[in-house]
Amino acid sequence: MTTIVTDNCKGCRFTDCVSVCPVACFHYDDEMLYIDPDTCIDCSACIPECPVEAIYEGDDIPEGQEHWIEINAEKAAELPVIEEQMEPLPGAEDRKSELGF
Amino acid sequence: MSNLGTSENPLLVAIVGSGPSGFYAAEALIKSEVVAKVDIIERLPTPYGLVRSGVAPDHPKLKTAINLYKKIADDPNFNLIANVTIGKDLSIEELCESHHAVILTYGAETDRKLGIPGEDLKGSHTATEFVGWYNGHPDYRELEFDLSQDVAVIIGQGNVAADVSRILSKTVDELKHTDIAQHALDVLAESKLKEIHVIGRRGPAQAKFTPKELREFGELSDCNPIILEEDLQLNIESEKELEDKTNSTNRKVYEEFSKFSKRDMDSSKSKKCYFRFLMSPKEIIGTTAIDKLIIEKNKLSGEPFKQSARGTDETIEIDTGILFRSIGYHGIPIPGVPFHESWGTIPNEKGRVTENDGSAVNQLYTGGWIKRGPSGIIGTNRACSVETIECLLADINKLDTGKKKNGASELYAKLNSNDVRHINFDEWSKIDAKEVELGETKGKPREKYTYIEEMLSVIK
Repeated sequence: MTTIVTDNCKGCRFTDCVSVCPVACFHYDDEMLYIDPDTCIDCSACIPECPVEAIYEGDDIPEGQEHWIEINAEKAAELPVIEEQMEPLPGAEDRKSELGF
Repeated sequence: MSNLGTSENPLLVAIVGSGPSGFYAAEALIKSEVVAKVDIIERLPTPYGLVRSGVAPDHPKLKTAINLYKKIADDPNFNLIANVTIGKDLSIEELCESHHAVILTYGAETDRKLGIPGEDLKGSHTATEFVGWYNGHPDYRELEFDLSQDVAVIIGQGNVAADVSRILSKTVDELKHTDIAQHALDVLAESKLKEIHVIGRRGPAQAKFTPKELREFGELSDCNPIILEEDLQLNIESEKELEDKTNSTNRKVYEEFSKFSKRDMDSSKSKKCYFRFLMSPKEIIGTTAIDKLIIEKNKLSGEPFKQSARGTDETIEIDTGILFRSIGYHGIPIPGVPFHESWGTIPNEKGRVTENDGSAVNQLYTGGWIKRGPSGIIGTNRACSVETIECLLADINKLDTGKKKNGASELYAKLNSNDVRHINFDEWSKIDAKEVELGETKGKPREKYTYIEEMLSVIK
């Protein structure tokens, strides 16, 4: 089982997920968040927190999004960890409605 | 200007309870801009609260949250004082004397009651007892669960109910390589259960399971998950709930239920786990032990997402000899600390303890389940404890009364003069290592000590 952040986070980065993560496994860049698979304990707490449903685990990863497994692992390894919720990116609310949420 | 929180005058904080909330509070203090020394006081010789004694043995990855707690414990400003009970070995007043602030993170130890006749008959258990028992918690070591029955009933449809019913549905082979306590494995090996009924007050669109834990029921080696097709029928309000874009968790749960209802029964499997909905327990019938459970069928009423279950007066019976209620936990009071009886929590404002009338109480703070009630999972407690620590640090000038505090050394002096065998983190690590060693011979990640005397004998 792997839990990953996918496409929808890009341009939003709401970071609601970060405040419920028990092990601080989220990492970030200017666009979005990534989950470190070695630290994540697959507790699923973050999944319902995401206002744009960007987070998926194992069997639920939609078709065509599997490449995010590798991206999360690679990016998390090189980016700083985020331990506290931050302000969403500018334009996050617009992007959220574009995505239909 | 106060110099409290500097290396010359560190902020001394005592935390009561070493579960996730206690560790997250310690972490937030240690990582903060002030210099703080933290003493976590734990009733048992073993730390980590429900991560050790609540998380199911067949969910090992969840337990790796402990790796983070070990890192926190490595900090020189962290100290564990285990095997010490507040209210017995030390009082809250004594902690307030020795430390600048006290944080109560001792969780919610008891179960809510159903409040129906027959609840105290033999065979009627709480989920907490069963979970504590199979996880080797010393308090529940001597309990007996009679699994020579055909039918078990679990009341409730949240994650604890899922754990209890899954453990009852599994074979010994599915459990023997987990850290389940040996005494529990021996009893489960003799289980004669054929049916497990998991009963929810509301419908399949409102069940509190997660899709992942439900899927595990589809992968059991000797148990068929069963849902009657008629039970999957939804009222218009529930359909609206599932159509809502933001409600994907319940939608996925409902999809899993639908899959179960369409599956062909595998007749080679000996057990059946029924998920049943819109039912509330009305009465437990029996003379000394349970014979059967009377259930009232419910109907939902109200707007989408605000639907509540109402009884219809139509009742059904389930013949059963063992029942587990899993309808939520309830906190217990600690002497010297305000308490809200009906909520089972310590009254507080963002973690600052208050009297029941809302007036502030100096020095006392709270976090986790005893602060906000028993909801949320491990990670929810992190944000909860962070909020508490923000309040505590904002109060730092008020916490500095100018009086010198002696911290842990004062507590040790008292404990030693009363011959209380307190345990530090290094000693716990020895017990930990020994448990892992005992498990190795059995192919288990660890074999837990289930008696306190056994734990103490390791560090004699």
